[in-house]
Amino acid sequence: VIPSSWPLLVSAVLFAVGVVGVLVRRNAIVIFMSVELMLNAANLAFVGFANALHSLDGQVFVFFVMAVAAAEVAVGLAIIVNLFRLRESVFVDEINLLKG
Amino acid sequence: VIPALFAGFAAVLLASALMVVLHRNPVTSALFLVVAFCSLAGIYIVMRAEFIGMVQVIVYAGAIMVLFVFVIMYLNLGRDPERGATILLRRMIGWFVGAMIVLQGVLLFAGRWALGPVQEPPDPRLGNTQALGQALYSRFLYPFEITSLVLLVAMVGAIVISKGRGGYEPVDRAAAPRVTLRPGDSLTPPGGPPA
Repeated sequence: VIPSSWPLLVSAVLFAVGVVGVLVRRNAIVIFMSVELMLNAANLAFVGFANALHSLDGQVFVFFVMAVAAAEVAVGLAIIVNLFRLRESVFVDEINLLKG
Repeated sequence: VIPALFAGFAAVLLASALMVVLHRNPVTSALFLVVAFCSLAGIYIVMRAEFIGMVQVIVYAGAIMVLFVFVIMYLNLGRDPERGATILLRRMIGWFVGAMIVLQGVLLFAGRWALGPVQEPPDPRLGNTQALGQALYSRFLYPFEITSLVLLVAMVGAIVISKGRGGYEPVDRAAAPRVTLRPGDSLTPPGGPPA
C-alpha cells in the first residue's frame, strides 16, 4: 500500500514545476501547458486523498476539474490564436498593450 | 510491487514535466506533456482510480493535447529565442519561487499531520466506474448538470472568440506592428497568406 504522503509530495513538486514554467517561459502556449501541469498536480492531490480515505468524493472532483480544464483549454487557445492574429507573436513580453 | 510502480510512474511524470518546462521547442514540450499525462494516468490506476485514469488518457492525452499540437502547428512556431538580462532575472525569480514552493511542501509534510476519519472501504463488488457513476448521478447531480452548462458556454465562447469581429479580415500589414526576425525564426508567413 502506498504511504499517503507520497502522492502529496509528488503533487507539490509537480505544482512547483508548473509555477516555474509559468514564470520562466515567454511562449504563451508553453505557459498554458504549465498551467495544465498545475491543474494536474491538484488532481493528483485529490486522488491521493481519495485513495487514503477510501472515499470517492475526491475522484468526483477530479472529474469536474477535468471538464473545466477542457473548457479552459478551448477558450484559452482561441484567445492565443486571436492574439497571434493581432500582434503576430505569442511571446507574453511582446504583448504589452496595457503598458502606459 | 505497487509502491515500486508508483515510484516509477512518479519519476517519469516529474522528469517529463521538467522537460516540458525546460525544452525550447514547443512541439517537444507538447509531446513531453503527453508522456507526463500518460504516466499520471498510470499513477491514478495504481491508486485504484481506474475511471479517472482512463478519462485522463482520453481527455488530457487525447483531446487537449491534440488541441495544443494543432494550435502550435497552425501558428507555425519554431524554437523560442530566449536571451538577455531581463530573461536571466526572470529565470532566477522563477526558480526561486519554485524552490520555495517545494520547500514549503516538504516542511508541511515533515511536520505533524494526520488524515481525517477514514471511511468504510468501498463495496468490492461495485467497480470504480459504477460507484463513481452512482455518486455523480445522486449526490453530485447538480454540479454534474452545471458542468454541462460550463462546457456549452466554453464551446460558444471559443467559437465567438476565434471567429473575430465581422468574420475574417486580412491583417493590415502597414498598420500592424513590425515583426523583427531573430535567428532561428521561420521565414514563412505565420498563419498562411491572407485569403
